[in-house]
Amino acid sequence: MALRAPTLTRPTPTRRIIRPIGLLAALGVLAMCTLLSVTVGTKPIPVADVWAALTAYDGSYDHDVIRSLRVPRTVIGVFVGAALGLAGALMQALTRNPLAEPGILGVNSGAAAAVVLTTLALGSTGTAHVWPAFVGAALAAVAVYALGSRGRASATPVRLALAGTAVTVVLQGLIHGVFVLNEFVFDRIRFWQVGSLTGRDLDVFWQVAPFLVAGVVLTLCLGPSLNAVALGDDLAATLGANIPLVRTVTAVAVILLCGAATAAAGPIWFVGLVIPHAARLITGPDQRWLLPYSAVLGAVLLTAADVLGRVVLPDSELEVGIITALVGAPLFIALVRSRRMAQL
Amino acid sequence: MSDTLAPPRRPGTRGRSTPRGSFALRLFGERLSLLVRPRTLAVCLALALLSALVLVVSVSVGDYEIPLEAVPGAIFGHGERLDVFFVQGVRLPRALTAIGVGAALGIAGAVFQSLSRNALGSPDIIGFTSGAATGAVTAILVLGAGRLAVSLGAIAGGLLTAAVVYLLAMKNGVQGYRLVLVGIGVSAMLGSVRDYLLTRAELTDALGAQIWMIGSLNGRGWGEVAAVWVCLALLGPVLLAQGKRLRFMELGEETARGLGVSTQATQLTALAAASALTGAAIAVAGPIGFVALAAPQLARRLARTGGTTLVGSALMGAALLVVADLVALRALAPVQLPAGVVTAVIGGSYLIWLLYTEWRGGRA
Repeated sequence: MALRAPTLTRPTPTRRIIRPIGLLAALGVLAMCTLLSVTVGTKPIPVADVWAALTAYDGSYDHDVIRSLRVPRTVIGVFVGAALGLAGALMQALTRNPLAEPGILGVNSGAAAAVVLTTLALGSTGTAHVWPAFVGAALAAVAVYALGSRGRASATPVRLALAGTAVTVVLQGLIHGVFVLNEFVFDRIRFWQVGSLTGRDLDVFWQVAPFLVAGVVLTLCLGPSLNAVALGDDLAATLGANIPLVRTVTAVAVILLCGAATAAAGPIWFVGLVIPHAARLITGPDQRWLLPYSAVLGAVLLTAADVLGRVVLPDSELEVGIITALVGAPLFIALVRSRRMAQL
Repeated sequence: MSDTLAPPRRPGTRGRSTPRGSFALRLFGERLSLLVRPRTLAVCLALALLSALVLVVSVSVGDYEIPLEAVPGAIFGHGERLDVFFVQGVRLPRALTAIGVGAALGIAGAVFQSLSRNALGSPDIIGFTSGAATGAVTAILVLGAGRLAVSLGAIAGGLLTAAVVYLLAMKNGVQGYRLVLVGIGVSAMLGSVRDYLLTRAELTDALGAQIWMIGSLNGRGWGEVAAVWVCLALLGPVLLAQGKRLRFMELGEETARGLGVSTQATQLTALAAASALTGAAIAVAGPIGFVALAAPQLARRLARTGGTTLVGSALMGAALLVVADLVALRALAPVQLPAGVVTAVIGGSYLIWLLYTEWRGGRA
């Protein structure tokens, strides 16, 4: 995998300068969003108090809010956002498809269906359903990819999207059936399936953290190999890339990232779609830059959407999953309408 | 509808050449002529028979069993009082609603697919169903609306969404794949709006809305039967009269125009009538998914015709929904599932099968 594959286009000098500076800037924005996320809310808490709550906890109400509510949701938001951004970038690279995304390709639905069935079977009250989410995500991903890429022709965007839709439809039917059968499951899952960071504590984070970290590490190692894959299978093979290995590792990383993100925050659509496209505008096609950018910008989007959701309504919160859907769907449609899509 | 099913009076007398195995059927002294293929006729008859059979079965089974031989009598009001009550008051209207809604969805789906020249151009994929569900959930949870207002909300939501999807997909004309993808995007967005509304309601209200948006035939009575069958009787003939022109439209707009079809008038009439039928079906049973997608294509495959057939699609839709409702009723008895759960599983599996077996570039 320590492969040095050429990218299709040599980066222009400006891009060579912009990329590291941009990444630093994005990290700066992420730091700002994180700060906003711990200070902004129904009860604004000044930065100094936040700092005190972390360093010199005195058990006051404000400190409690910071430590038990704001910090967990911020940490989870950053990691889930990064995971979804990376998963989207990986899926787009693996399928060479601009519409690939955990939501559209049904991976989220797979995780959701597995979580619903587990809740039904075990009546579990825990908030993280890590293992079922992985199994569901993996099964759905394999099914969709097998359906979408069957036959001689390679998987076209519309075909993969349709395969995702078909799998989603069946799984949604299953989920809705369970909802009607069991009010308890419906009542629990309806708050989870929106995609939200509310009310998650750090236990949830520690449960998914190992998988997230594994997924991120795997992904960041994949950059050069994915650059080779982007040139097409034949050319990549002549460059010495082990295509089946790269594909398998990428798929494993996608499942780790999507499963962990969905287990922690519920199915969130369109982050994985929007972020890699935004990142590509800055970095160009080079995966070695695209992947870190996707992680940072994904974290920025999710924390910013979470903060926005807290302030946009006067007396309640708008879940982060709603905001990302409202932002992401128009972009998806714009992408579908664009000329480049027409040529794919 | 009865015209195609009626026995031929003067088969192929004018000596005009017809495709092998088929014969021309002329009625009303040449004013109405149809080409009848024996296979299509057989498939249609078989589907009608299947629907009737399932109707009888679904009237007889339940927590209160009615012996099959007692069913025909009970339908016409003879036999034990309890039998008659269950048959006439509960089970027969439900089964007739299923058949009517299924037929309406099947025929509407066939028209949409003909017009978009795309096997996926059904109300489900282009956002009609999703919009209707969102409209209904909004009416129930935000406006606290009653039955009629919920139905109207569903129709309004469906029409509005379909129009938006169509407009968004337009760019130098509407291309099949773009329509499908825009529909997927808009449906995803509406889905998250519904999820949001469901979290903001009391559990019982949310559960009611959830069942409504899946689509169900539970507790449908004679009022619903009348509504859907009247719409079918009014709009069905309008669409059947357009049937031939729709077949020409499948060849492409320019070809159709060259063959003398006034394409815009046909498009407008067919679109309006098919939308109204879909709306009626949704108003009666909720946004039952994927009957409109699967029925026309399954009918086409069974009858081995080149294009979609309206009568075949209607009969296939009716058979699909009445079977789906029977499954929904009995699969997990005594719990009744909404029929929409079963049609979603059937429709999604059909889509999977479609992708699995015969995706060779051409479509979408």
